[in-house]
Amino acid sequence: MPSEIVIKVNNLTKKFGDFTAVDQITFDVKVGEIFGFLGANGAGKTTAIKMLIGLNRPTDGEAQVAGYDVYRETEKIKQNIGYMSQKFSLYEDLSVRQNIEFYGGIYGLPRKAIRKKTDEIIQKLGLQDRAKKVVGDLPLGWKQRLAFAVAGVHDPRIIFLDEPTGGVDPVTRRQFWEMIYESANNGVTIFVTTHYMDEAEYCDRISIMVDGEIKALGTPAELKAKFSSETMDDVFIKLARG
Amino acid sequence: MHRTFWAIAKKEMYHILRDTRTLIILFGMPIALVIIFGYTISNEFKNASISVIDQSRDDLSKSFIEHLTSSGHFRLVTTGKKVEDLEHAFKAGQIKMGVIIPPKFETQYYRNNTVTVQIITDATEPNYAATLNNYAINIISSFNKGDPALSSAPYRIDIKTRMFYNPELVGAYNFIPGVAALILMLVSAMMTSLTIAKEKETGTMDLLLVSPVPPLIIILGKVAPYIILSFIDALIVFAMGYYIFEVPILGSLPLLLLMSLIYLMVALSLGVLISTVADTQQTAMMASMFALLLPTMLLSGFIFPIASMPTLLQVISRIIPATYFIDIEKAIMLKGAGWEVIQQSAIVMVVMVIVLLLITWKNFKIIHK
Repeated sequence: MPSEIVIKVNNLTKKFGDFTAVDQITFDVKVGEIFGFLGANGAGKTTAIKMLIGLNRPTDGEAQVAGYDVYRETEKIKQNIGYMSQKFSLYEDLSVRQNIEFYGGIYGLPRKAIRKKTDEIIQKLGLQDRAKKVVGDLPLGWKQRLAFAVAGVHDPRIIFLDEPTGGVDPVTRRQFWEMIYESANNGVTIFVTTHYMDEAEYCDRISIMVDGEIKALGTPAELKAKFSSETMDDVFIKLARG
Repeated sequence: MHRTFWAIAKKEMYHILRDTRTLIILFGMPIALVIIFGYTISNEFKNASISVIDQSRDDLSKSFIEHLTSSGHFRLVTTGKKVEDLEHAFKAGQIKMGVIIPPKFETQYYRNNTVTVQIITDATEPNYAATLNNYAINIISSFNKGDPALSSAPYRIDIKTRMFYNPELVGAYNFIPGVAALILMLVSAMMTSLTIAKEKETGTMDLLLVSPVPPLIIILGKVAPYIILSFIDALIVFAMGYYIFEVPILGSLPLLLLMSLIYLMVALSLGVLISTVADTQQTAMMASMFALLLPTMLLSGFIFPIASMPTLLQVISRIIPATYFIDIEKAIMLKGAGWEVIQQSAIVMVVMVIVLLLITWKNFKIIHK
């Protein structure tokens, strides 16, 4: 099956003064793929992701997201992507229902569609009893799953997740990933940054960033073979130590 | 476009309605401020004890003393012949003010067209002394006017226009415009800077910026509820002034409200400007406290008259929006002035809005590059 490319990045670079945060990175992501974007803190992951979603303007290089250019067509990119940041991206003082409706609203969905989507999401997450409760009272794992569902409220082609599962245990992370798989099976491309190596194993392909550069790219199995390591942890440590 | 705007404005309303503290600041604060200023920090006084040393004892000096005491503000406790008598009365705490009428009062008055009356006040309470002084000057000047023989006299006692249009010297006339300026600044500037800084702090701002909503709509949507709420606050303050403290609105009410709206825009742009710089609510809070609220209170002529400030502070007071707004309010409410009188101040405020929005726009672009 020839897979269509949905994110195409070529020598993308971002400099802040003399400091090069992202140094000529190149990679492709295919439709429906779960692409893991790994790296230590400060390796340039967030800067890279911000260029792809139109929050930061690249210094040099090319990139297309959902077929649109990151320099000139950020507005069209924004219509086609969802984003969940490392902070929860939900309003803690609004109810579950109000949060979903709000995101539906800012993506310009018609009122009817918003109501339908909201009911669907509440149903799917089993939050019927808590729909009118404020989000701040939900357990962390629930908030993260809700945030993911909200990031997909407008049926985007790609969902960017920036360290989505910080601070929860592996079981809760696993539940979160069930949702990711479901979306990917429906053809949504997932671009996820993480520094949990168990999560890296869940990805179709991963790239590992060190000091602004992509040092390794491939499936988890390929990378483990290449660096003759048992686990992704080993691969990561070998790369990070250079 | 309008759909996303409403989504944001609606969400902002949910935030406001959910948060009791915000509601208290929004609606409790104006009422509390008007009541506090109205009943406690009033400069008004009645029956201040005074003593008059009448060295002339002619018809005119008698009617002068009568004029002074009939105002209801001064109560004559002692009279004396010698200036030394005053000092005794002051030391004994019997009087707060002494008036010395020179010998040959009547003769000098009609022959020379000018006569000097000395007023001595107990300055251990400087503010009170200054107020007494002002009242006395005002009352003496009205004595001048009351005499038709002197209406064309070339010599007049100089008085401040501030007192001119407040003939009964009611404190409320001064504080209602001031409280309105303060409340609008508080609600429009501080609350908006806080709400935008909050989105930055919690990270939800990133999410809004990743959505297709243009930044301008995000800001407008967030600010819209505060425009309405602070406008309601202005109405509350004016209504309380009118019905409780009998502060008149002699001029056009629509003009007053239009001016409030322009001032509100200045305050909002200041709030948005602060929020482009401040990344946390705490920074936003401190910035609006020190850069906006304190100057509005202290340097706008609300509490301390601008004329009695050092030159440097007078210059600073000229860049404070509230200075212009209070001028406009007083002109419209107390003098019944129309557009011709206030246009200069109004134009200054409009220019402020434009300049502030341009700076904000530039800042916003730099941040999201």
